[in-house]
Amino acid sequence: MPPFNRNKRHILPGFGLSMGYTVFYLSAIVIVPLATIVIGAFRMDPQAFFATVTSPRVLASYRLSISTAVFAALFNALFGFLAAWTLVRYRFPGRRVLDALVDLPFALPTAVAGICFATLYSPVGWIGHYLDKTGIQVINAPSGIVIALIFIGFPFVVRTVQPVLAELEPEIEESAQSLGATRWQTFRRILLPHLFPALLTGVTLSFARAIGEYGSVIFIAGNLPLKTEIAPLMIMSKLDQFDYDGASAVAFVLLLISFSMLLVLNAVQRWQQKSYR
Amino acid sequence: MSIEIKNVTKKYPGYTALDDITLNVQTGELVALLGPSGCGKTTLLRIIAGLETADAGSVILEDRDTTNLPAREKNVGFVFQHYALFRRLDVFENVAFGLRVRPSGSRPSKSEIRDRVEYLLKLVQMDWAMKRYPSQLSGGQRQRVALARALAVNPKVLLLDEPFSALDAKVRQELRRWLRKLHDDIHVTSIFVTHDQEEALELADRIVVINKGRIEQQGAPQEVYDHPANAFVYNFLGNVNVFHGRVKDGKVLVGDKLIEAGPASGIHGAFDGQAFIRPHEIGISRIRSSANDLSGFIRDIRLMGGQIGLELETKAFEKPIEAEIPREAWRNLQLSKGDEVFITLDRVKVFTGDYEI
Repeated sequence: MPPFNRNKRHILPGFGLSMGYTVFYLSAIVIVPLATIVIGAFRMDPQAFFATVTSPRVLASYRLSISTAVFAALFNALFGFLAAWTLVRYRFPGRRVLDALVDLPFALPTAVAGICFATLYSPVGWIGHYLDKTGIQVINAPSGIVIALIFIGFPFVVRTVQPVLAELEPEIEESAQSLGATRWQTFRRILLPHLFPALLTGVTLSFARAIGEYGSVIFIAGNLPLKTEIAPLMIMSKLDQFDYDGASAVAFVLLLISFSMLLVLNAVQRWQQKSYR
Repeated sequence: MSIEIKNVTKKYPGYTALDDITLNVQTGELVALLGPSGCGKTTLLRIIAGLETADAGSVILEDRDTTNLPAREKNVGFVFQHYALFRRLDVFENVAFGLRVRPSGSRPSKSEIRDRVEYLLKLVQMDWAMKRYPSQLSGGQRQRVALARALAVNPKVLLLDEPFSALDAKVRQELRRWLRKLHDDIHVTSIFVTHDQEEALELADRIVVINKGRIEQQGAPQEVYDHPANAFVYNFLGNVNVFHGRVKDGKVLVGDKLIEAGPASGIHGAFDGQAFIRPHEIGISRIRSSANDLSGFIRDIRLMGGQIGLELETKAFEKPIEAEIPREAWRNLQLSKGDEVFITLDRVKVFTGDYEI
């Protein structure tokens, strides 16, 4: 990017106004609220801060939140990709309906999803009573959390991969084939590198969403201390006890984790893209 | 490697793309498939490449029936209209792709691949751009890389689908001549598809004119141009003036003038036909040279570079006649708008029946 030049006239008018608006809006909506968390955390006595964020319950909740979010994001990477592929590459009756269904997790209040899962997987639910016989536990277990997170993260991968896949000309694949490449080689060497940035974006978004998810998870997780308490729930319970500083401390660490994850993924993406643009 | 196409037919819902096409291409030949868009020429090319399957008929490459082989086993080089380069691979890797994906038994060693790719990139004059990405190249450069990529696998035949149509006029002409020279050097049997008659005439050893899924005529460029088999071919190979006229005893009545119907027509009996004449075959003079000359007025003059286009208005015809004369002749005649001139139509060609393009 060229250095910002104050004297340079922009071809599009209204730069000052729109830039000012953008900065104000971002401040009001994103930076100021997040700043209160940072300030709250810094106002604390450092020792108390450490004691709060390293208490066994809080540590366990971080571990659970991150690991379930990673699992869900990886799962979505694979199956979201497949869904995007199916929707773009094949023409079949009901394709549009299916396409619209993908967005449903966006639109649905997550609590509704949580209740659905809780009902479905409870020991007397449709799926739950089969699982009950086999001894697999979903409800009140990390696997249940992963299922909820897969649900809410699914649209991100589909919606980021879909347009990139759609704009990829069929000639690219045809030329690979006429050069002697097998289907797998074409996919591995041509299609996947092409779709990777979009896929990564989708996975990042899905992951970020999963880290902060609260509504759908608490219904299915059971919220057992040290076992199935997610990080956002820790914040909630601290707030319930009017421990605002403690809540800020937990939130601050969560914020750091999310932010650094996003940074790392962004860096990967930049590095990946630099090579050909 | 010779190509034999036997009775190939391809139907889509609602129309027939190819209707019983039979065509032979000799080893080392450069053949143009020429026709308007939608005539089936690209479909034929794609069937040869295995990117499309024929409903009936067979494609034989060097005595081997390859009709039902998938594209990847055909060993055919294909160059696409919009290059279809791999955007995520640099120029070197694009060209190397076909060698790298070979099964490990027949895959050349790394140094062999490097040598081959460097040789090919030199051949297409792109060796300076090995580390560039397709997005950093111009259209003409991309198409040359695409050509090198297609040649890398030592294809039996090279198929080019409107290879120059996405390029601007100057580059197109340059690349056309360059391709002709390249073909003279490496002699790979090639078929290219085009809707540009100039390109076909300049580049090909042989032209195959296709219309509505059928071959209208094939032959050397000169032969096809000078002796078009029918009105469609005549029309498609360049600009024409069309006159509807009555033909009788080898003469055609055009307007109120009776003109020899041309040596090739050999027509006897009376019937309604169409007479064609190319703009540059029309004679223009200030004085009447024969009784058959039409008189007319210059309605418009167009400067087209080396040639001057004249729009001539005559009493005999409703539509104006389009004529072209060299700039020299135009200057000598000192023509300007509104002048009266005499028009010689002796070189008309007559084809029977009505013809729709």
